[in-house]
Amino acid sequence: MQIRPILAALRRHRLATLLIAMEVALACAVLCNACFLVAQRWNLIRINSGVDESALAVLTVNGFESSQAADVNARMLAGLRGIAGMQSVSLINQVPFGPQAGAAGISRDPGSFKNKIGVVDFVLGGPGTYEALGLKLVEGRLPQPDDYRPATNFAPPDAQVLVSRALANHAWPGESPLGKEFWCDKLHFRVIGVVDHLARAHPRDWGAQAVEWAVFTPVLPGGSLAGTYLLRANPADLPRVLRTARDAVAKIAPDVVLDQENSRTIGDLRADYFKSDRIMIDLLIGVIVTMLGVTALGIVGLASFWVQQRRRQIGIRRAIGATRADILHYFQTENFLIVTGGIVLGMVLAYGLNLLLMTQYELPRLPLFYLPIGALVLWGLGQLAVLGPALRAAAVPPVVATRSV
Amino acid sequence: MFAYYLDLALRSLRRNKVLTALMVLAIAVGIGASMTTLTVVHLLSGDPIPGKSSVLYFPQLDPENPARPDHTEPYPAMDYRSAMDLWSAHRADRQAIITSSSVKVRARDTGRPPLILGMLSTSADFFPMFEVPFQYGSGWSAQDDARHARVAVISHDLNDKLFSGEDSVGRTVRVRDTDVRIVGVLKPWRPTPLFYDPWARNFSKTEDVFLPFTSSMEINEGNFQAFTCWHVPDDTHHLQNADCVWVWLWAELDSPAKVSSYTRFVTDYAQQQKAAGRFATGKEHVRVRDVMTMLTERGMVPGDVRLQAWLASAFLAICLFNAVGLLLAKFLRRSGEIGVRRALGASRRAIFAQCLVEAGVIGLLGGFFGWLLTLAGLWLVRQQPVDYAHLAHLDIGMFLATFVMAIAASLLAGVIPALRASRVVPAWQLKAL
Repeated sequence: MQIRPILAALRRHRLATLLIAMEVALACAVLCNACFLVAQRWNLIRINSGVDESALAVLTVNGFESSQAADVNARMLAGLRGIAGMQSVSLINQVPFGPQAGAAGISRDPGSFKNKIGVVDFVLGGPGTYEALGLKLVEGRLPQPDDYRPATNFAPPDAQVLVSRALANHAWPGESPLGKEFWCDKLHFRVIGVVDHLARAHPRDWGAQAVEWAVFTPVLPGGSLAGTYLLRANPADLPRVLRTARDAVAKIAPDVVLDQENSRTIGDLRADYFKSDRIMIDLLIGVIVTMLGVTALGIVGLASFWVQQRRRQIGIRRAIGATRADILHYFQTENFLIVTGGIVLGMVLAYGLNLLLMTQYELPRLPLFYLPIGALVLWGLGQLAVLGPALRAAAVPPVVATRSV
Repeated sequence: MFAYYLDLALRSLRRNKVLTALMVLAIAVGIGASMTTLTVVHLLSGDPIPGKSSVLYFPQLDPENPARPDHTEPYPAMDYRSAMDLWSAHRADRQAIITSSSVKVRARDTGRPPLILGMLSTSADFFPMFEVPFQYGSGWSAQDDARHARVAVISHDLNDKLFSGEDSVGRTVRVRDTDVRIVGVLKPWRPTPLFYDPWARNFSKTEDVFLPFTSSMEINEGNFQAFTCWHVPDDTHHLQNADCVWVWLWAELDSPAKVSSYTRFVTDYAQQQKAAGRFATGKEHVRVRDVMTMLTERGMVPGDVRLQAWLASAFLAICLFNAVGLLLAKFLRRSGEIGVRRALGASRRAIFAQCLVEAGVIGLLGGFFGWLLTLAGLWLVRQQPVDYAHLAHLDIGMFLATFVMAIAASLLAGVIPALRASRVVPAWQLKAL
């Protein structure tokens, strides 16, 4: 197939060619970036929280005085543990995807926040919480009974803690985090273990790097550690156990108020937390599909017009020996050339759009492999769209040449 | 002439129904997508208190000590002492000191289980300043503030819940462990965005219980939450002397002179505190912003919504390119006809006008279907679990904008094809006939 005559013909249709190319270019730019956004969101909603989500629920009560905390804890623990199917009940201050309770800045030095490590989530847990969460220890040791200390402030003045691997890598890259110390103002922490994964309560709010900057701190119940309970049950039993537990609160502790919104399974909390991201993914996919559809329609419309306009010329070519395949290939090649032009421009646009999005949102740079994928999709789309009109062109009989249109 | 062109346009559109449908659809989808997102952006960036937003000011200063080098803006709240100092100086026409917390509320005679509700602690000027509408009764007085009176204003919702909507002024509710007398019941009131509260949730409802700041400090002591702290407080329950920000102010200043004198007052205060060693940053971090500036600074429109608006605009652009291409095909296909009209004496301008009328008709149809799609899109937005969902309705302005945009878009798309069509050389076309 000779390209020169095609280019010569396209030069006579500069405007229409330019329009299709521009449409393809815009579609390419939006396609690459939209796919990238979908991938980003998809990674976000698949965050590994590190806990046994399917077996865990949280139950929150409030409306009691801090002087009543010990009494409420004792009654709630005893009452909830009596529910059939309940494997464990323990105290926690926050769970992944629930309300954030303990985010604070930590540093390598005491006092003012010099030599900062970052803002981390403190997950405070009473005895049994670590085991109930199902965290995976990768280094160091589990909290021992004497690691559980009373919190005079939001955390004990001197605590033995476990950090997530992500936080350990960030704070002490290339070193063993065991035995390392850090401070939150005047509160002192020493690392005794590292867990594989532990997500913070609101993983989306702190940037992709800090999703798992969490510190598990063993604390004795009472004071600020009261009113939020981690329930563990067989995944199949969990909804029933949680329902029973919610209903039982009124009998166990008549004075407290059950926080309806924050007494749910971790699975439900997670689904809720990422609902808007799921919608965004659906929306983006919808936009991609519709946009490709509109682009394809544009190509079909213009190609049909060209075929009709050139019926006579096609007839002449057929009459002087061109085969149907030649005609078919002519329109296919023509489309390929136009779409290629659009893609070249589209890649530049895609990159520009990505730079623009990067200034507006916390987005990383567009990985380069999106560009060839976008190109392949648009080439395929162009060929598919032009096939109908091209086949119609190939069906033009040579006799047309001898008639006036 | 216009009627004739319209007739021609309709005939031409009827002749090739598929192509017409494609163009109308492309414009409708583009308009529908972009109008849905633009309507949401428009609603979310609206003025929550039109008419007064330019006289309400939000003072900020920076009590953080030592200063953080990465902080270039003060927090949207103050420590208790600074807020109290500025408020008790009474340097504005009206001023409100505010903080919010949750509290347990019971109405003893109703037998309902206790509720945990949002409580706004503020001062008497709050209600007239923000034009809060009352169903029954009124706000409390400045004397009530000074006397630490046990009085409350409750929301319309809460009044419905506790007293089934009756006039409950004079009755009491138990707020934590204290009986307070209801002095006012609000009409349904939901300023959007919830501008008077600088904390993150832009589109939340208002609090259900309003209490004098002074009395609520005693009633709900220990349950106030800090926005943030720069030193771990010795006692997390008592924030009055802690290095935490959790209280904020609003001031009503109705003339530029008053604004500048109030700004000077806040600046002097910050400088004094810096000189005394209490603040690390003085006038550099003093801000006195009006409602809209403060809201813009805080970022009213959620990131996802802006992203959707960007996407929709790109989408509309693609639809427009598409429409230009199809219109070009449509007009040039009729070159023969145009040649005849030109040969019979129609001017280029007449051909151009005729083509534009046709494009305009397509725009009108596209606008109509785009409007339906916008309504469907907004319905979808309302089904989303987002806190601004209830806002998503098409107002008259945006309804008209839909059509203006559709027709403008199709005329824009029609200009180049119409120009091409008007340049058709009659002789060539006549020869080809």
